[in-house]
Amino acid sequence: MQANPSVELREVVKRHGSTPAVESLSLSVRHGEFFSILGPSGSGKTTTLRLIAGFEHPDQGDILIDGRSVLDVPPNLRPVNLVFQQYALFPHLTVFGNVAFGLEMRGVARAEIRSRVDAALGMVQLSGKEARVPAQLSGGEQQRVALARALVNRPAVVLLDEPLGALDQQLRQEMQGELKAIQERVGLTFICVTHHQEEALTMSDRVAVMDRGRVLQVGAPKEIYGAPASLFVAEFVGLSNRVDGRIIAVDGTRCRIEAPGLPAIQADAPAGAGPGNPVALVVRPERLHLSQPSASNGFDNVVPARVAKTVYNGHEMQYQLHVAERLSWTVRVQNDNGGQKPFLPGDAVAVRWNCDDGVVLAR
Amino acid sequence: MMRDPRKAWLRAASLGIMMFLYLPIAVLVVYSFNAAKLSTAWQGLSLQWYALLARDHALLVALQNSLLIAAVSTAIATLLGVSAAVGIERLPWRRRTWLDGAFLLPLVMPEVMMGVALLLFFVLIKMPLGLLTVTIGHAVFNVPVVTMIVRARLRKLDPHLEEAARDLGATPWQAFRRVTLPLVRPSVIGAALLAFTVSLDDFVVTFFTAGPGATTLPLKVYSMIKTGISPEINALSAMLVVVSMALVGLSLVMQRTNEK
Repeated sequence: MQANPSVELREVVKRHGSTPAVESLSLSVRHGEFFSILGPSGSGKTTTLRLIAGFEHPDQGDILIDGRSVLDVPPNLRPVNLVFQQYALFPHLTVFGNVAFGLEMRGVARAEIRSRVDAALGMVQLSGKEARVPAQLSGGEQQRVALARALVNRPAVVLLDEPLGALDQQLRQEMQGELKAIQERVGLTFICVTHHQEEALTMSDRVAVMDRGRVLQVGAPKEIYGAPASLFVAEFVGLSNRVDGRIIAVDGTRCRIEAPGLPAIQADAPAGAGPGNPVALVVRPERLHLSQPSASNGFDNVVPARVAKTVYNGHEMQYQLHVAERLSWTVRVQNDNGGQKPFLPGDAVAVRWNCDDGVVLAR
Repeated sequence: MMRDPRKAWLRAASLGIMMFLYLPIAVLVVYSFNAAKLSTAWQGLSLQWYALLARDHALLVALQNSLLIAAVSTAIATLLGVSAAVGIERLPWRRRTWLDGAFLLPLVMPEVMMGVALLLFFVLIKMPLGLLTVTIGHAVFNVPVVTMIVRARLRKLDPHLEEAARDLGATPWQAFRRVTLPLVRPSVIGAALLAFTVSLDDFVVTFFTAGPGATTLPLKVYSMIKTGISPEINALSAMLVVVSMALVGLSLVMQRTNEK
């Protein structure tokens, strides 16, 4: 285990004209980690990647790779390789020529180039397609060439810009698993930029959520999803049901929240909570339970609701609910709970959950 | 099937215009094979005027001059034009606009003005008129031609390609040499062919910048015409037309391979 982080950004600021693209950004990525930067478009995540690759120069701050500042190092001399969003394969070169390009530029011997390109193409399952040109490949194959072209150089860090963005849904899910498997096999640091939260959660060891040039939260996928640190993270990552209210009482680790039109809600108290604080309670759709209004209790919270819409998803039923006449919530029920009859639009139901199912966040 | 009367009209009009454009040239070519000494009367097929051309020493010198000037000026214009195209396309959009104008101006400026301006310039710096001045003059009006054609191609390239090359360890020069240049090569060749043709056919700028001993083919044709239109001129012109058309055609083919 090396002492230095693989990639470190210290208080990096980058402005495009007068609009800040990245604001005082600090990140530390560990060796051999699959690290994702997740955010909506315009959040500065691609700029961050381009800063690490060397295509953009920070206005302030420092960028370190393996403990050394790379601010004065041009892109061709940085130990990183970028997998471009639209792959940017060289159309005039064959698959072999594309993958060999980086090795040729570094003056690697011919025989070694051949064996390393063969190995890289084997890893992405493209053996036998060396002589094709990019235009003869499918989107998925082009993506693999782009990946092999980066991996073959054995860089300290592999950067991926929306690596699966151009693939269709089916292929995207296949590649998610494969990308992660390849990363584990080569043991390199991967930094992946994506706006696709499922992608970030399934592949990553850690995720950084960005918005408007700032990092809002860094953590394992479980933390990001289960314990979002802010409302933006809660609503950007996964579906969430939200109700705005005010804390009326704090009792040890618990608090009571008052929200218009609803009975008082019990919840785990956030750190530093005090009576009167405006807060939002956020609960994931799979943490809510639906039952007949008359059914016996056993949960910390019960809220009456009305079914507005049902969506049958095969393995689960998704209910759109009207809660307190103004909130729209989603509940997911697995289609395996022995014989419980599905509710129909218009049915009155009770929504139940426990304190530790929801998260209370400042708003 | 009904025949659309408007289509018939269009066809007739097109035919008329094509005749207007190409009939004189066709006549010229046909009469270059005329055996008659007086070019207006047809007296049977003959290649004698072409044979005469091949023996005309002054004409061969003019041909040599033309080819030399075209080759050297094309090389200069291609080198400068491609460099300018690459440089301009990298500029931020706002700073590009005035350069757009600067590079377009020589194309729309009356050629006589360009000729006069060049002549004044060469006199000012006391450069003796000759092959060199003509070559420089041709390079000047050919730079914008090359720049325009190559820029059109560069604009269609994925800007990430050069970044990808840089990311994979290429210096800026290597990235240009290994990625950008091969991808724009057909347009560079097409532009060079066009520049070569324009140089070969140019009269006005050549007329102003050529000194004694720097006679090119078009200048030679002009001086021959002063002593009457001989069938020999027909033959010479016919050859110029065919070579020019072939070069322009090839240039278009090269530029079209870009699109793939």
